[in-house]
Amino acid sequence: MRSLGWLRVPLIATLIFLYVPIVVLVVMSFNASRLPFVWGGFSLKWYGALFQNAEILEGLTNTLIVALCATLFATILGTLIAIGIARYFRSSLLEAFSLAPAILPDIVLGIGLLVFYVLVGIGLGLHSVLLAHVVFGMAFVAAVVTARLSQTDPSLEEASRDLGASSVVTFLRITVPSLAPAIIAGALLVFTLSLDEFVIAFFTDGPSTPTLPIVIYSMVRFGVTPDINALATLLMVVSFTVVIAAQRITRLTDAV
Amino acid sequence: MTTTAHEQLIRIDSVSRSFGEVVALDSVSIDIRENEFFALLGPSGCGKTTLLRVLAGFEEPDSGTVTLAGSDLLELAPNRRPINLMFQSYALFPHMSVEKNIAYGLEREHLPKADVRSRVDEVLETVGLIDKAKSRPAQLSGGQRQRVALARAIVKRPKLLLLDEPLSALDRKVRAEMQLELKRLQHEVGITFVVVTHDQEEAMSMADRIAVMADGRVQQVASPVDLYQRPANLFVADFIGTSNRFTGTLGSDGVTVPGLGLLPSTTPTSLTAGEAHVIVRPEDVHIVESAGWSLTGTVLDTQFFGGSSTVAIDVPGHVTPVVLTCHGLPTATRGSQVQIAWEPAAAIVLTS
Repeated sequence: MRSLGWLRVPLIATLIFLYVPIVVLVVMSFNASRLPFVWGGFSLKWYGALFQNAEILEGLTNTLIVALCATLFATILGTLIAIGIARYFRSSLLEAFSLAPAILPDIVLGIGLLVFYVLVGIGLGLHSVLLAHVVFGMAFVAAVVTARLSQTDPSLEEASRDLGASSVVTFLRITVPSLAPAIIAGALLVFTLSLDEFVIAFFTDGPSTPTLPIVIYSMVRFGVTPDINALATLLMVVSFTVVIAAQRITRLTDAV
Repeated sequence: MTTTAHEQLIRIDSVSRSFGEVVALDSVSIDIRENEFFALLGPSGCGKTTLLRVLAGFEEPDSGTVTLAGSDLLELAPNRRPINLMFQSYALFPHMSVEKNIAYGLEREHLPKADVRSRVDEVLETVGLIDKAKSRPAQLSGGQRQRVALARAIVKRPKLLLLDEPLSALDRKVRAEMQLELKRLQHEVGITFVVVTHDQEEAMSMADRIAVMADGRVQQVASPVDLYQRPANLFVADFIGTSNRFTGTLGSDGVTVPGLGLLPSTTPTSLTAGEAHVIVRPEDVHIVESAGWSLTGTVLDTQFFGGSSTVAIDVPGHVTPVVLTCHGLPTATRGSQVQIAWEPAAAIVLTS
């Protein structure tokens, strides 16, 4: 392999800025001392404190409700959009529109949805966050499933019909299983995105039902406490696990 | 002809289909008999695949009727037709094992599990893949995949089996093997086969009858021998086999070609005078030494293929070289002057 030469500098700088904060955060979450950057010995007490904190627990519950429901609805709708466009409409305009929520700045989507909710008189709460997350999650699922669809042989569905299957049976037995890796990957993606989504939730959430990122934000305003470090570490572990799982699932089924 | 039954199975009557400006099928009428091995042959874009998709139910004709054993076929959805299609891509379900792929169609008929099992085993035996029952399609070779696709289609015991370019994805050696295999299977299972192909050799070697198609129209429907010996028009004469063509004017005594004179042929009386073509197959052209009618030319090139040879001869007054084939070694050497002739009965006369 060739020597990197001076390109070593931006490489190392990138790695430092990317990973040192994360390492610091993880290390601090195990620090017994309350003061940052003073090592007071190894401790799990902040993790314990986390589960005593009613505010955090409530935020976590809200977030899990939103993330799980958003994943469910976004996966179903996003898959249907992808199949509909690929098999029935073939409109690049429609495809662009359906993928837009994934590309639009969160703040635009957040403000837009807020204005819309006020306009049609939908009160703010978990349901409005959920709706917002379904909107952008759907776009991500549609994008992933569309990519997979372009690689699958359209005559598979015709073969199923030819062998005597109705269109419903064909959809359930042939279309969905052949798209399964993409559908699962899309679902896991939506779950992780929804889990730590802040901007859209901030605009569309009601005051009595804060999601976890909003809870964290309000706590951080008064300084970063060690239990926040512990929480961030846990969130990171969950996200990593889900993303790695998604990657493995896609790779496994591609190999077959 | 190997068929014994001459019962009509499929009657395609003036079927037309256009895609925008493109006319894929232009008033196509074909009758297909029971137990027949029938081929739809033509260059790409001739409409043969569209016709196949009309039969399978994936394409609806703009006009015309199709009946199967006397009843209307077009009103049935693809999954209700007693017809199965073997796709060009084989379209094996990648997430199912070989036996699951084959059982899929039978399960749709809600047959008892034991019946499905025994019929799947039986058909796997027929195509010689009993040891691959648990494999996934991705683990099979091209030839094996093709057998699975075939097994999946015939296990349903359809009245008609459609095969879309069944051999095009296989390499040359496997292809020759599968040609024989397909013919054997067709006899064994007693299903009417309709194969779509652009390969005339494939059609000639397998089919009982062939419909030659071009530009959405049926040019001729005949047995392979008839297509070769009695082509209905220039397109068929050119498309089937190789031929030497001489263009001239048809008079009362035969076809006169500018620069070559009157060519030997037996002219059907039904033809009207005017521009006409004399078609002579390469194996009917002979090098002669007699004093009778002949053309004189110079040997341009010879090719030796082991069992046979071809000789290309430049005949002054004729634009393209005249090609002849003979058994064994070439009968002339390059650069030599030769005289060539053919029997009048061997020449085919066509008007344009």
